[in-house]
Amino acid sequence: MTRASPSSAPAMGTTPPPKARPITWRLAAVADVLPETPRTRTLVLEVPDWPGHRAGQHVDVRLTAEDGYQAERSYSIASAPENTRVALTVERLDDGEVSPYLTEELRVGDRLELRGPIGGYFVWDLAIGGPLLLVAGGSGIVPLMAMLRHRAAALGTAGADARYGVPARLLYSSRRWDEVIYREELLRLGEADPTLEVTLTLTREAPQGWAGFRRRIDRMMLAEVAWPPAERPHVFVCGPTPLVEAVAGALVELGHDPARVKTERFGPTGGSA
Amino acid sequence: MTPPISRGFHGRPRSAGVAGRLPPGQYETRDFPVLSAGPTPRVSLAAWDFMLRGPGSRTARWTWDEFQALPRETVTTDIHCVTKWSKLGTVWEGVSIDTLLAEAAVRGVEPAPFMVAVCDGGYTTNLPLADVTGGKAWVALAYGGAPLAPEHGGPARLLVPHLYFWKSAKWLRQVRFIERDEPGFWESLGYHNYGDPWREERYAGDE
Repeated sequence: MTRASPSSAPAMGTTPPPKARPITWRLAAVADVLPETPRTRTLVLEVPDWPGHRAGQHVDVRLTAEDGYQAERSYSIASAPENTRVALTVERLDDGEVSPYLTEELRVGDRLELRGPIGGYFVWDLAIGGPLLLVAGGSGIVPLMAMLRHRAAALGTAGADARYGVPARLLYSSRRWDEVIYREELLRLGEADPTLEVTLTLTREAPQGWAGFRRRIDRMMLAEVAWPPAERPHVFVCGPTPLVEAVAGALVELGHDPARVKTERFGPTGGSA
Repeated sequence: MTPPISRGFHGRPRSAGVAGRLPPGQYETRDFPVLSAGPTPRVSLAAWDFMLRGPGSRTARWTWDEFQALPRETVTTDIHCVTKWSKLGTVWEGVSIDTLLAEAAVRGVEPAPFMVAVCDGGYTTNLPLADVTGGKAWVALAYGGAPLAPEHGGPARLLVPHLYFWKSAKWLRQVRFIERDEPGFWESLGYHNYGDPWREERYAGDE
């Protein structure tokens, strides 16, 4: 996927750059559909000749209506590269054109067109190392979940030394307890792994007895939860634009190197998780 | 490959007027989504400058105040993001690259067949000279009648509306002309080198 580096570019300015292999459309079959929250579900796809992906990458999905009309959208991959099937977690947007179909209509056995993986920047793998700081809002957890799943799978049976070499922290903002995507898996991963800290914050409503954070992510919360800048964590922030703007800005104010803060924003300008 | 029909998927009602303005695979949005790879850089206008560099070492430089004094144009245009959204009829104000090149020529700075936009935060993107001259590209300073907001690339961004919008680099500080094409940030990370939305040149290898 990565293009040739400038140093290997052809000598003449008028020569087109070297041909990259096209990212072709593939026909994926829905192998499973997993409800996650009232608004999101995971589509587990069987993709023939899937070339593999890196945690954090996304795919394009194309739907064709009976009258031939087509719509394309991008979705982050939720599954670890270690999985042979590709999982996408899709949030239903009330005014969406494609997401209501994917979250309500699509059934096991249905087929759809897909191409990918796409994106070579917002990616993490074990070779990049740690510490790893993940900050998510709402369905922004999806590409970060691929990173945590990859980390868990790759460390697998590795000893404590390997784990302590790539410690990870996740700070995840949701509106409500029942809107925390992958909630049970996240809590299980955090409990099973002393080198992974999972911190949730609930912005709208919390269950009785909730002792965790009850507000949007702010600078003070980041100062408490995040690695100090001196630890030079690799930071990935994904969520609605206002959250990403606030978090990335606060991290830079706290002294984190902007070049180590990778962001992915989604949705309209007024998201609220 | 005949695409499978997604029964139960109808899509939004299509209006012919809009459809003709939407490149393949795009949908219309009324919002103005924000996409960038890192934190939004903050720069004081006192420290801001803009440079146009020729292929040699010659450079034309403008301070913020000098840049404000350049003649501006109002541009009404559709914009198309590689992430699939298009926004129709956006209104910008900016200084045409033609104007900047004319000013630079007086100072002995000449262009070259390609350019790289260099931005605060380290972002870069590459374009052929032919795509930024002849009334096709601007350094935009205002959007919708107001100064450009930081998250949308303010104080100044490149505007090249006939290509996917990642080419319209935010937080622009320098246009560097070069003899040989060099891939920029996304162009090195799997995205298309040229990015024509009407040919759906999204990713490296698309043709």
